[in-house]
Amino acid sequence: MGKVRLWRACLVFIAIFCACSATRARPQKSSEDRMIAGAATGHAGGRLVVALRSEPKTLNPALALDEPSRDVIRCITADLIHINRGSLKTEPSLAQSWSVSRDGRQYTLQLRRGVRFSDGQPFNADDVIFSFQVYLDEKVDSSQRDLLVVGGKPINAVKVDDYTVRFELAQPYAAAERLFDSIAILPRHLLQNTYQTGSFSEAWTLSMPPNQFAGLGPFRLKEYVAGQRVVLERNPYYWKADRAGNQLPYLNEVVFLFVPSEDAQVIRFQSGDTDVLSRFSAENFAVLQKQQSQKGYHLDDLGAGLEYNFLFFNLNDPGPNVPPEIARKQAWFQDLRFRQAVSAAIDREGIVRLVYSGRATPIWDQVTPGNKLWLDANIAQPPRSLDRARELLKSAGFSWRNDDSLVDPRGDHVEFSILTSSSNAQRTKIATIIQDDLTQLGMTVQVVPLEFRAMVDRLLNTHNYEAAVMGLVSGDADPTSEMNVWLSNGETHLWHPRQEKPATPWESEMDRLMQQQLVTLDYSKRKKLYDRVQEIVAEELPVICLVSPNILVGAANRVGNFRPAILVPYALWNIEELYVQ
Amino acid sequence: MLAAFSSVILFAGFFAPYDFAAQDRDTPFAPPTTLHFVDAGGSLHIRPFVYDPRDSASTSPNAEAASEQTYPLHWFVRGTSYKIAGLIPSRTHLFGVEKPARIFLMGSDAYGRDQFSRFLYGGQISLLAGLIAAILSVSLGILVGGIAGYYGGWLDGILMRGGELFLALPWLYLLFAVRAALPLHISQWQVFLLLISVMGLIGWARPARLIRGVALSAKERNFVLAARGFGASDAYLLRRHVLPQTYAVLLTQITLLVPQYVLAEVTLTFLGLGVGEPMPSWGALLTSLQQYSVLSSYWWMFLPALLLIPLFVVFYAAADALQELHKSVPL
Repeated sequence: MGKVRLWRACLVFIAIFCACSATRARPQKSSEDRMIAGAATGHAGGRLVVALRSEPKTLNPALALDEPSRDVIRCITADLIHINRGSLKTEPSLAQSWSVSRDGRQYTLQLRRGVRFSDGQPFNADDVIFSFQVYLDEKVDSSQRDLLVVGGKPINAVKVDDYTVRFELAQPYAAAERLFDSIAILPRHLLQNTYQTGSFSEAWTLSMPPNQFAGLGPFRLKEYVAGQRVVLERNPYYWKADRAGNQLPYLNEVVFLFVPSEDAQVIRFQSGDTDVLSRFSAENFAVLQKQQSQKGYHLDDLGAGLEYNFLFFNLNDPGPNVPPEIARKQAWFQDLRFRQAVSAAIDREGIVRLVYSGRATPIWDQVTPGNKLWLDANIAQPPRSLDRARELLKSAGFSWRNDDSLVDPRGDHVEFSILTSSSNAQRTKIATIIQDDLTQLGMTVQVVPLEFRAMVDRLLNTHNYEAAVMGLVSGDADPTSEMNVWLSNGETHLWHPRQEKPATPWESEMDRLMQQQLVTLDYSKRKKLYDRVQEIVAEELPVICLVSPNILVGAANRVGNFRPAILVPYALWNIEELYVQ
Repeated sequence: MLAAFSSVILFAGFFAPYDFAAQDRDTPFAPPTTLHFVDAGGSLHIRPFVYDPRDSASTSPNAEAASEQTYPLHWFVRGTSYKIAGLIPSRTHLFGVEKPARIFLMGSDAYGRDQFSRFLYGGQISLLAGLIAAILSVSLGILVGGIAGYYGGWLDGILMRGGELFLALPWLYLLFAVRAALPLHISQWQVFLLLISVMGLIGWARPARLIRGVALSAKERNFVLAARGFGASDAYLLRRHVLPQTYAVLLTQITLLVPQYVLAEVTLTFLGLGVGEPMPSWGALLTSLQQYSVLSSYWWMFLPALLLIPLFVVFYAAADALQELHKSVPL
C-alpha cells in the first residue's frame, strides 16, 4: 500500500478513548510473574489463517520496515511497556512495573521474573541492555533509533540488577513510557555473536532454520515456505495467562498466507480461506456486506482511523533542484489565496461518497475525528464554495479568458499535475475528483499515478513535482508521532522538507509549538499547544486535508475475542487472546 | 451497418446526452435507466419517461416505484456544448431528460458519469486509433513488401527476415519499455500518438509478407514483363502495375487490422498504457472491471465489452465480403 507509515512510538498521558466497548480488567501481578490478560476465557487449540499483502522481507525486528514483516514480528516478539490498542493506554508487558524520577529523566523498570524465550532460555536485564545497544547502534541503522534519541542524545540503558533496568534521558519527555512500545526485546544468547562479528544485518532472515530464532511473543516460527506462507506455532514459554489461569495463547498455529492483491484477499476471506481481514476498501466492504448473513463472517466499521489524506503543493525553495517550469508555478502555490481557493473548490463530501462509499470523514486539518484526545473541535469546516474560490483567485490577481480558462497575473494559463501512488486506487480517485473540481475553476490539471517509491523520491529528494495527493498514518495517537512531519527540518515535512531554518513565520511558530509540547508534561497544556498547530495547518494550508477513511475489518464468526482497534495493527493486536470456536 | 455505427461514433456529441467528463456525484454506479411507459398511477404515456436515479440510488429497492415525479424523454434537447465532428460547435443533443433526473442508458461509472456517452466518445478514440494504426502498418507493409517482392534477392531476404524479427518481438513488453522510457508528463495526445505509432510500427510485418507475395507473382506476369521490355522504370512499374494488384489484399487487411488494433487499444488501456482520465476510450471504460467490487456488483460495467463483440463480427464479415468481391473480379 502506498502509505508512508510514520512509525514513531509516542507519549500520551491519559487516553480516554476506547475503540471497542469491551471492558478490561487491570492486569494483576500473579505469583508466577505471569501477566493476566483481561479478555474473556477461550478454548485452547486451533489455527488462525491470515493473509499478508506480500512476503515479509525479514524477521529481524531492528531492520523490518515493511508492514508484512512487522505483522509477523509482532506475533513473535514482545516489548517492555506496551500500548494497549484497545484502550490506547500503556500497560505492563515484560516490565511489570516502572517508576519515573521526579525530574522526568529517569525511568526505572522492574522486569518480570521467570520469563523464558521461546527456545527455553531465561530472559533478564542483559537481554534488555543488549537490545537497546543494537537499536541504538548507528551501524545497524535501525528505524527505531531516532525514537530512542531524546533531546539529541540516545537513551542510556543501565543495568541495576538482573531484573531492574534504568533508562536515562537527556531531557524530560512527557510519559516516555510510550517509547518502549514495539521495541522488541532480542535474545542476547542467540544474537550477540552475530552482532559482534558485524553480521547483524544478515541475521534472522526468513530462510533461517526456525530453531535459530527465539522471541518473547505468544508465537514462534515453525515453518516458512517461500512464496506461500509463514507458519507460527504457540510459544510454550509465553508469559501471559487468562483469568482462569490458563497459559496463553489459545491458538496452536497462526498461518500467514501471501496473497498479493487486496481483491484476492477479499475473495479468500469471502470463501472462508482466511479468518481475519483488515486494510481493505469501502467498495469491498460493501461487496462483503451483502453476503455477511449467509457466510460465517462479520464486518466492523470502526469509524475514522488516524490516516489523513491531503493534497499539497511543491513549496520548496526554487533552488537549482527545482526545474524552472515548476519554479514558475510556485508563484501560485506560495500564494495563500491560491491554496485557499483550491481548498474551497474541493468537494470533500463528494470524495467521501464516491471514493469511500460514505465510509470516511471529511477533514480540514491533520487530526482525524478518530483521535478524540487531540482533536481540536474549533477548527472551521467551511463547506465547498466555488464562488468563494473564484473571489479568492480574483483577489490574488488571477483572471479568466473568454473560454473560461484561468490565467495568472502574467497571463499564463494555470496548469499543473498531481502525483499519486499508482498502487493506491483511492488516492488516484481522489485526485481525479480534484481534477474535475479544479476544472470548474478554469484550471487544467493532470493526474499522474506513479509507482510509490518513484513518487516519494520526487517529493522528498528531487523536488521535481507540482502537487501530490498523499496520506499519512500515525503509529500512535500522540502528536509526538508527527514530529518529523511538522518540524521544518523534518524528513517528512512534505511540502518543503529538511529546511535549515524555517522558511515562513508560521513554520517557525509550528517548530516552537511542536518542540514545546514535547517537553510539556501536562496534557491540557500540550493540548493547547497542539490545537494551535492544527489551527496553523487549517489556516496556512501547507497541506490541504481532505478525508480520513474509516478503519474496516472483518473476521470469521468462529474467531473469539476479536476486538479490532483504530491503531496499527488493526485486527491482530491481541492475537494471544484470540481463539477459534 | 458499419457506416451507421461509425457515423454515430463520429457524431458522438449529438447522440450522447452528456459530456464524457461530466460527473454527477450523487449517482455513482447507477444502474441503466429504465424507460417507462406506464406510471405509478397505471396510466399509459406515449412519450417514454424516467424517474430520478437519485431516488433509486437511495437504499430501498421500492424507492423508484414510490417516487411520483416523472421526467419525460425529450428529443433534440439543448445541453452542454460540443463540436460536431470536432469542427462545428453545437448544443443540440438527440435526446435527454430534464434536470435533476438523468438518463443513463448504460448506467453510470464510479464518478457518476454516463457510460453511454463515454462509450460513444470512447469510440472516437478507439476506432480512430485502430484505423490510423491499421493504415500506418499497411502503408509500411506496401513499402517494405512491395520493394522486397519486386526486387527480390538479398534485399528481399533482409527485409523479410527483419519482418520475422518484428513478428517474434514480445510487443507488449516492448510497449511497457517504451512507455517507461518516456517522461511522465506527456499529454493525452502524445499518449494517443504513441499508442498508434507503436501498434502501427509493430504490425507491418504480416501485410508486408502478403504484399510481397502478390508483388512476387505480379512482376512475372506477361504485361509487366512487356512493360519492362518497353523500357518502363522500376518506380513506374511498381506504381502502375504491381501495387494496384495488391489493392484487394490491402483492403481486406485494413478491415481485418482495424478490429485487431481496437482490441489492442482496449488491452493496452486496460493495462494502464493508454489515454488517462478523464478521456474515455473503450479500454478505459473497462479498466474499472479490474476491481473485484465492480466486477461482482455492477453488471452494466460489462456492457461496453459486450457491445464490442457484434462490432468486431461486423468488421470481420465486411472483410470476408471484400475478399469474396475481389476474388470474383478477374485480375
